[in-house]
Amino acid sequence: MSVRHEVRLWVAQRATAAVLAFCVVVHLATIIYAVRGGLTAAEILERTRGNAGLALFYAVFVLAAAIHAGIGLRNVAAEWLGWRGRSARFAVMFLSLLLAMLGLRAVWAVCA
Amino acid sequence: MRASRNHPAFWAFLVHRLSGVALAFFLPAHFYVLGTALDGAARLDGVLAWTEQPLVKAAEWVLVLLLAAHLAGGLRLLALEFLPWRDWQKTLAALAAGVSLACALAFALAR
Amino acid sequence: MTGALRVRVWRGGEDGHFEAFDVPRRESQTVLDVVTYIQRTLDPSLAYRFACRVGMCGSCAMTVNGKPRWTCRTHVDRVAEGGEVEIAPLRNLPVVRDLVADMREFFDKWARAKGQFAPTRTRADDFAVVKPDSRERREADAGIECIGCGVCYSACDVVAWNRDYLGPAALNRAWTLVNDSRDAGQAERLAAVSGDAGCHSCRTHMSCTEHCPKQISPTRSIAGLKRATMRIALSGEGDER
Repeated sequence: MSVRHEVRLWVAQRATAAVLAFCVVVHLATIIYAVRGGLTAAEILERTRGNAGLALFYAVFVLAAAIHAGIGLRNVAAEWLGWRGRSARFAVMFLSLLLAMLGLRAVWAVCA
Repeated sequence: MRASRNHPAFWAFLVHRLSGVALAFFLPAHFYVLGTALDGAARLDGVLAWTEQPLVKAAEWVLVLLLAAHLAGGLRLLALEFLPWRDWQKTLAALAAGVSLACALAFALAR
Repeated sequence: MTGALRVRVWRGGEDGHFEAFDVPRRESQTVLDVVTYIQRTLDPSLAYRFACRVGMCGSCAMTVNGKPRWTCRTHVDRVAEGGEVEIAPLRNLPVVRDLVADMREFFDKWARAKGQFAPTRTRADDFAVVKPDSRERREADAGIECIGCGVCYSACDVVAWNRDYLGPAALNRAWTLVNDSRDAGQAERLAAVSGDAGCHSCRTHMSCTEHCPKQISPTRSIAGLKRATMRIALSGEGDER
């Protein structure tokens, strides 16, 4: 892994962090507002179904989270488990892809 | 804790890293639950009913706290790395902790 | 002052052990006084380093009750927990013997971080003009007093977790040179301090800043390096590894 690639990972981590900061604030505010008086599937889905704007928001949220979590876990694996090299890279990439796929599936489930 | 680590900036790092790992492992479950809506609202309602159990509610509250803590800690890091350096940035850690607790409280009250 | 101080001192190499000594307490006694007393009076085979003994050279740095400190500037009264003190060599460095650590890797990393000045002018040129109150010079001055004692390197957990990490002192020195308008080696230096071995592995624990006896903040310098090296993500530099 070249130095340039390592720097790019660091930049991607910070860039997705900035995107997530915005998304999480919106998400937290929405949860706190929506959860008052209980929450049913109907209530969630009536807000989200057919909502293209919301779908786009959540898709961006999911992708940013998948990248951000992947790079973060890469660092934890290297520093706390001593796990570096090819196998670690594949494991982290796999986890990122899993998060992205499960997340986009959820966005589809709730917004389509 | 090892003596050389026993100071606020290190605690802030620990909270940030541990909350990040916890969230990374919570997310797949969260996405899965939402994905059950593919089988219709009734299925999702079934899962949501399960989340009304006190232990699950408590866990949800912990997750909101972790999310708020990770966000606050992350904003502190972005400030430390990208804004001009100020020595009082140490107190940013305290500020971050305060803000995240406030968020979690708001969630607990709303729930 | 009466009473004895119970002192546990590391003996041997990496696979050594702590040995206990009883040392008479004295007023204004420093940890270096304690180590000196042991070596001169109780056990002449104890190996340790010191030089100036007045807080200027950094040679006497050791781990005292878990924290890296200058032993000549550490009063026993301030650190003795229940009348006991534990003294070990600096963490994160190979142990030569007893309280002596092998500083070679510390200085090798300094060199790898391109912590040396690369000159441009010759004696035939006029003096370089460096305004002391310019932003760059003030940034450099904030980190320039480092004497290479190794306390920050020992305090740093990332150094412990990542063998290749250059460490706070080397990166701090690189930052002072990045801000030196006379220096010609900027491109190589920025590449040298980037990546997993460089500034991008700093996790902002700030243990370096917390322990530096000269009140330098390597975290601050490393934050500066992070900003300065971002463009490497876009450029062609840093392809070799």
